[in-house]
Amino acid sequence: MENIINQPDIINVKSPFQTWGGYASFFVPLNMENVDTDQIIPARFLKGTTRDGFGKNLFRDWRYDNNDETKPKPSFVLNQLQYSGSILVAGKNFGCGSSREHAAWALVDYGFTIVVSSFFADIFKNNALNNGLLPVVVSETFLQKIFEQKSDTQLIVDLKNQTIKIFQDAEAPSSEEFEETFEISSYKKECLLNGYDDIDYLLSIKNDIEQFEKQFA
Amino acid sequence: MKQTLFEKIWNKHIVKTIDDGPSVLYIDKHLIHEVTSPQAFAGIKKRGLKIFRPQQIVATADHNVPTINQHLPIKENLSKIQVDTLIKNCAENDIELYGLGHPYQGIVHVIGPELGITQPGITIVCGDSHTSTHGAFGAIAFGIGTSEVEMVFATQCLLQTKPKQMRINVNGALKKGVLSKDIVLYILSKISASGATGFAVEYAGSTIRNLSMEARMTVCNMSIEMGARCGLIAPDETTFNYVKGKKFAPKGEAWIKALKDWKQLFSDDDAVFDEEININAADIMPMITYGTNPGMGMGIDECIPLENVLNENEKPAFVKALKYMGLQAGNAIMGQKIDYVFIGSCTNSRIEDLRLVANFVKGKQKAKEVEVWIVPGSKQVEQQAIAEGIDKIFEAAGFQLRQPGCSACLGMNEDKIPAGKYCISTSNRNFEGRQGAGARTLLASPLTAAASAIKGYVASPNAT
Repeated sequence: MENIINQPDIINVKSPFQTWGGYASFFVPLNMENVDTDQIIPARFLKGTTRDGFGKNLFRDWRYDNNDETKPKPSFVLNQLQYSGSILVAGKNFGCGSSREHAAWALVDYGFTIVVSSFFADIFKNNALNNGLLPVVVSETFLQKIFEQKSDTQLIVDLKNQTIKIFQDAEAPSSEEFEETFEISSYKKECLLNGYDDIDYLLSIKNDIEQFEKQFA
Repeated sequence: MKQTLFEKIWNKHIVKTIDDGPSVLYIDKHLIHEVTSPQAFAGIKKRGLKIFRPQQIVATADHNVPTINQHLPIKENLSKIQVDTLIKNCAENDIELYGLGHPYQGIVHVIGPELGITQPGITIVCGDSHTSTHGAFGAIAFGIGTSEVEMVFATQCLLQTKPKQMRINVNGALKKGVLSKDIVLYILSKISASGATGFAVEYAGSTIRNLSMEARMTVCNMSIEMGARCGLIAPDETTFNYVKGKKFAPKGEAWIKALKDWKQLFSDDDAVFDEEININAADIMPMITYGTNPGMGMGIDECIPLENVLNENEKPAFVKALKYMGLQAGNAIMGQKIDYVFIGSCTNSRIEDLRLVANFVKGKQKAKEVEVWIVPGSKQVEQQAIAEGIDKIFEAAGFQLRQPGCSACLGMNEDKIPAGKYCISTSNRNFEGRQGAGARTLLASPLTAAASAIKGYVASPNAT
């Protein structure tokens, strides 16, 4: 059976991770543990039948007062102008709770490409990977180190080499560099780098699946 | 080779394993509902594929449905579109749908077991995290995202990494007024909302053995709240007696063969667990949560912890949670005034839950200012409650018996708790805004919820 995943015309996910030297961006710090998917996108916004448009309701109830889009809460990080970038950094156990993939869709739709935490909930992690959103697991110490940074610090994520680096303004007097490696299954890494997904792979082994069914029955 | 219960089922369902990667896991049963399936159907269509094994899929409408006047068209337009989309998708793809008005309609995790779709030794998935419920039968059951729903539609398989193995042993007799909900809230309070992430959890020990099937489902249901991939309990006579005779349970020769296989489903004596936790049932009190994740729970007569017992990283979330809840660190929660009582959800909406509540409130009246909603898990539960006269007891107590659905557990339909109001709830999540924007949720067992409904404030089921 030919391997479908090598056919370029079925590429479904754009890959921003091919960038030479790694993906660099400012980051948005959300220093809070156990951020559940009900916060990322509340249930009342799950009524769509497509994957689009969830970004405007990302962190809806943390972002706005009384559910009013004209009243952003100044205390919430997405409303603080000094923070920008496509990397979200959050406390331990990010994405716990409901399995809603809408959480990953909302983050992607809002413009995030990478989420960094010391720990991700299982289902969220899969959902993220299935949508080209890279979950980077760092040590608790490294995570706290990121939270200590000023808003002009960038993070550089190199998926190929599986490293994440804190990159301060090189001209700053006391500039320091911190780097850590992160784990990702080599299969998932290939998927992200090449922009193919699990269905492409599973379809390519359909004969095996049918064979399995015959034996199992 | 010594194997855990999980490994026995897992190994039987592996089609193949990718080198240094995940395994291809075969899925026996796929349950779907209106909220997490439309994008998956659309994806299949877009790829020009057909549903691979439609006869292994069962659908219901539960998350978004009203719990009054279900015979009328759904008023909320977006909810109606989602439910109609499910009807259309099921019809186009030859998928069995127990939709609104059908005698089998109900919460997906209630109808699976009651119809005998859920059986020992099988793999079950659903685009809903509380799929862990079905593990109570000794099945591997877990929640998946919509992309994964699409994968199962396309190939009846998922790519999965084998989780680590954890066993939680609960031994001894439960104290008066303590239900299986209290067991799981107690475990959560000890190991936290992330304590089992990356693990499959097997519940064992004499206390678990002595639980009914429905009580076991409550425990497995909340495995996801610990972060576990799934929770499971080895099947035994209690399981077999429950499954026997159910609509889709094996019959005749097939039953005899199934039973023989199911009796092999237990962790071998010397199976290796990566982690093992022992709990003494006598330490468990009726439980209640005070915060905004299910791990923030305590015995109902205990006080909310003080901030200084926490480590630095935990403090921001703790402070935020108490502020949201309008509660003070160090204070008791017993006696806290409540506005709503919600008895329902895939955690506690089965006939036993309703019977327990009815038995407790018989001849009593709810507190005047409290609104009490009882939402049965399924049409069958509702009908059984009516047949047993439980509806009359609720009516006399001032409790509203509504129609089946997920309801105020997640407030997707109109059953929402208003901002700032306190709701004692038998559901599974006390997240901010879970029951409605600004709603304050206190998780508890059906008995504690019933006792509190009568008093109008948080009360122990053992208080007179």
